[in-house]
Amino acid sequence: MDIAEFQAYGYFASTLFLVVVLYAYIYHLYSKKKNADGIDYEQYSNMALHDDIDDTPVASIRDDKKK
Amino acid sequence: MENRPLEYDYTVTKMFMFTTILLGIVGMLIGVILAFQLAFPGVNLFLGEGLAEYTNFSRLRPLHTDAVIFGFTLSGIFATWYYVGQRVLKVSMAESKLLMFLGKLHFWLYLVTVAAVVVSLFAGVTTSKEYAEFEWPIDIAIVVVWVLFGLGIFGLIGIRREKSLYISVWYYIATFLGIAMLYLFNNMEIPTMLASAPDGSHVGGNWYHSISMYAGTNDALVQWWYGHNAVAFGFTVPIVAMIYYFLPKESGQAIYSYKLSLLSFWGLMFLYLWAGGHHLLYSTVPDWVQTMGSIFSVILILPSWGSAINMLLTMKGEWQQVAASPLIKFMILASTFYMFSTLEGPIQAIKSVNAIAHFTDWIVGHVHDGVLGWVGFMIMAALFHMAPRVFKREIYSKSLMTTQFWIQTLGVVLYFTSMWIAGITQGMMWRAHDEFGNLAYSFIDTVTVLHPYYTIRGVGGLLYLVGFLMFAYNIYKTMSARPVEESELQSASPMGA
Ligand code: HEM
Ligand code: HEM
Repeated sequence: MDIAEFQAYGYFASTLFLVVVLYAYIYHLYSKKKNADGIDYEQYSNMALHDDIDDTPVASIRDDKKK
Repeated sequence: MENRPLEYDYTVTKMFMFTTILLGIVGMLIGVILAFQLAFPGVNLFLGEGLAEYTNFSRLRPLHTDAVIFGFTLSGIFATWYYVGQRVLKVSMAESKLLMFLGKLHFWLYLVTVAAVVVSLFAGVTTSKEYAEFEWPIDIAIVVVWVLFGLGIFGLIGIRREKSLYISVWYYIATFLGIAMLYLFNNMEIPTMLASAPDGSHVGGNWYHSISMYAGTNDALVQWWYGHNAVAFGFTVPIVAMIYYFLPKESGQAIYSYKLSLLSFWGLMFLYLWAGGHHLLYSTVPDWVQTMGSIFSVILILPSWGSAINMLLTMKGEWQQVAASPLIKFMILASTFYMFSTLEGPIQAIKSVNAIAHFTDWIVGHVHDGVLGWVGFMIMAALFHMAPRVFKREIYSKSLMTTQFWIQTLGVVLYFTSMWIAGITQGMMWRAHDEFGNLAYSFIDTVTVLHPYYTIRGVGGLLYLVGFLMFAYNIYKTMSARPVEESELQSASPMGA
């Protein structure tokens, strides 16, 4: 196998790998809210709007400690 | 003291807002001088023959780039971090004496370092690496400043009330880590006082002088891996952090798609680091590095536009705000220019296009539609949004702000259109040849042709500077404008007529 052929296989394999990673991540983003303690990522989208120091956090550190 | 309700503490933010404005004025003033020097070489001597050493183009150019990058932009990043960080983590700097102390130390040490940079560059002390001109003692100071910034970030995260890190925080963390890595690797250097000549004798030289640990092609590779990612982690990532906070906040709209923001974040992180090769097309670096640089650059459109479109869609159904609020205008124009320069960049990264574009003014045009339209507009918008909140007063004048917006927009347009024409003309003239392969033009022919465009660029830059001075004045007057109630600060910023 000369270098060009090697590069071609490498190129194909890495492209395939990256495509799989990309779609797996997108799948993860959408599917996470479905399982039991899943998170709907969209609940974070208005964090900037509720950022006063006494606004309720989306997920409080203190709640976490209580558990 | 116990009964006083807890409030966010903006002391450090205020300090960095001050340097953002001060160094912005200095950097852009020098930029305007440079622009007129290129159009009218006599300007090189504007303080007379005697001081020519300090006023010529080559001495001032690194002062411009470093003042606007490490002065204006970096101060803006720090100012917004100490503001946004507290708010989205729901924790006040006042709650930790240590963090407050580190924050102030961060500022003062930064100021000392800036002063050292200004003096050394004026004196002509430089390592000659673009955007990394500082000699080793200053590099060490910069590392300390950066570590203090990191302690501030992770310290605040450590004592936060809000468990989830908002998308902006991710971008700030990436800025910190990205620059830390790049800066360290690119500035590996050996003070010449420690070096010895091949025959074993001592080299000596000035104590502050150093040489890079890399040479030749390796040096070029590391330099542009750094240079390109300085753009990524200085002009893109932290500015995206800003827009993800300030646009939703000012408009009162939730981010259109949080998932898209995450996807774009990881996409950007992954792709940017491989694209630096596009600065070295047709140079001595291996061919595959060049091809890889081109390919990654083209794919880079996707996460870049992912963020920008997300921001535009955040305004969905609320477009009347763009007409009504000059602050929203600044941010919408910023994200539009972001889309614009991240389309232009990939086009320039295609090898055949780069063959014309490289070394020409088209690159300078690309740089400035990004930095003036995107970075500059976003940082000014952030300061406009923060000013009423840190001073508890309304913005002094809305009409001044609107006027500034239009003057600067015109300035940016004049800047990049003139550079496009100049750049492509230059590129075409350099390569033109007759049937025997003799070059059709000599260098001076291009200079003559480009003169009007250089003048237009100078005028465009001057307009931008005038707008920036209006901005500085507006913020200054805000400090003594009408006081406002907390309730007026929920979303849209209060503005005086
Ligand atoms: C998708 C994103 C981008 C790509 C692929 C890209 C690509 C390029 C290319 C191909 C060059 C010219 C290299 C040469 O021939 O010398 C360049 C130069 C440059 N770009 Fe971009 N660009 C992008 C976004 C941006 C943005 C958003 C900014 C600033 C806000 C920016 C700032 C610069 C700077 C400062 C240089 C000049 C570096 C120098 O030669 O000193 N770029 N970019
Ligand atoms: C008042 C507005 C400004 C004017 C008139 C101006 C003018 C200039 C000029 C004349 C050059 C040298 C170009 C050459 O060597 O041919 C330059 C380079 C540069 N400026 Fe500006 N500038 C301005 C604002 C800014 C701002 C706000 C930033 C960044 C935040 C910036 C970043 C840069 C960079 C990175 C370069 C180096 C470009 C390269 O090497 O390709 N400039 N500017």
